Amino acid sequence: MKLLQLCWSFFQIGLFSIGGGYAAMPLIQEQVVEKQAWLSMTEFTDLITIAEMTPGPIAINAATFVGIQVGGVVGAIAATLGCILPSCIIMSIMAYLYFKYSNLKLIQGILGGLRPAVVAMIASAGVSIASLAFFGEKGSVHWDHLNPIAVALFAAAFLVLRKWKTSPVLVMLGSGAVGGALYLVFGMA
Amino acid sequence: MPDQRETGLSKYWKLFTSTFYLSAFTFGGGFVIIPLMKKKFVDELHWMEEDEMLNIAAIAQSSPGSVAVNASIFIGYRIGGIPGAAVTILGTVLPPFLIISVISMFYAAFRSNAIVSAVLKGMQSGIAAVIADVVVSMSGKIVKQRKWVPVVTMLGAFIATWYFSINVVFIILFCGVVGAFTTLYELKHSPEQ
Repeated sequence: MKLLQLCWSFFQIGLFSIGGGYAAMPLIQEQVVEKQAWLSMTEFTDLITIAEMTPGPIAINAATFVGIQVGGVVGAIAATLGCILPSCIIMSIMAYLYFKYSNLKLIQGILGGLRPAVVAMIASAGVSIASLAFFGEKGSVHWDHLNPIAVALFAAAFLVLRKWKTSPVLVMLGSGAVGGALYLVFGMA
Repeated sequence: MPDQRETGLSKYWKLFTSTFYLSAFTFGGGFVIIPLMKKKFVDELHWMEEDEMLNIAAIAQSSPGSVAVNASIFIGYRIGGIPGAAVTILGTVLPPFLIISVISMFYAAFRSNAIVSAVLKGMQSGIAAVIADVVVSMSGKIVKQRKWVPVVTMLGAFIATWYFSINVVFIILFCGVVGAFTTLYELKHSPEQ
C-alpha cells in the first residue's frame, strides 16, 4: 500500500511538473509535505539543498530520497519508477508524432502557455522555504521570531547571485559555511 | 526513425555510458544538460544534426517530467528504438539514484549532528536566495514579452497557490486550457498565414 502510494504520488509529480528544474519543487512540496506528511518542511528544504548540490534532476533525487525514508530501497525504486513513467509514455507519443509530422507548434504553444504559472508556483514554494529560514519550522510568521542572521545571509546570497552570476552550489556552500559558523557562535543551532 | 548506422551491443553500451556520464556530472538539473548532450551526440559521436538536437530540447523542455529524462528518452529512441530508450533511461536515472540512496542512508545520523544542522540551517537562506534569483530571472522574461495574458496568469497563479492554497495540479490544468485558447487565437490571427 505504502509502495503504491509512493509510486502514485511521484507519478503525479512526474506528470504535472512542466518545464524542468525547479518546476517539480512545488509539486513535491504539495505531495510529500502537505498531502502525505512524509517529510517536514525542514526535511523538504534539506532535500532541495541536497538535490541542488548533487547531479541529476530534482524530481529523481526527491523520489529516491523520500522513497528510502518511507520504504527503504524498494520504496526508492517504486517512487523513481512512478516519477519517470509519465515521461516514458508522453515522450514515446511525442517521438512518434515528431518523426511522423515533425510539427508540434500547437502542443509547444499550449505547454509554453503554462510557463507563467510554473514561475508563480516556484515563487510560492520559494516563499515557503524563505519563511522556514526566516521564522523557523513552527509556522509562526511573527516579527518576534524573525531570525536576523537568516535574513542577512539571504540578502547577501541574493546580491552575490544577481551581481556576479556565481554558481548556485558555491553560494549555498558559502551560506552554509558562514551561517553555520554564526549559528554555532551565537548558540542558535 | 531509429538510426541503423551502428548496430549491436556496442551501440547500446555507448548510449548507456554516454547518458550515465552526462547524468553523473550535470549539477543543478533543468536545461543545463542540453548543451552537454549536444556536445556528446552531435559534435562527438555525430549521431544527429544540431537542428534535430534543438527540436528535441524544445520538446523535452515543454513536456511534463524532467528535461534530462525526457531528452534522453527521445535520443535513445532516435538512436536505438525502444531498447535504446530503455538503455538511456537507465543511464540517466542510475547516477542520481545511487548518490541520493547513499546520502539518505546517512541523513538521519548526519542531521542530528550540531555542526551539520547549523550548516544546513545556514544553507536554508542560500537555497531561498537561489530560488529568488531563479524567480526574478524567469518572471523578468515573462514581463518583457509585453503581453498581458502571461503576466495576469503569473500573478493569478501565485495568489491561487500562496494565498488560497489551491491544488497545484488544478492550476496547471486551468492554465493549460488558457494556454490552448490563446495559442489557437494567435495562430488564427497571426499575420503570416
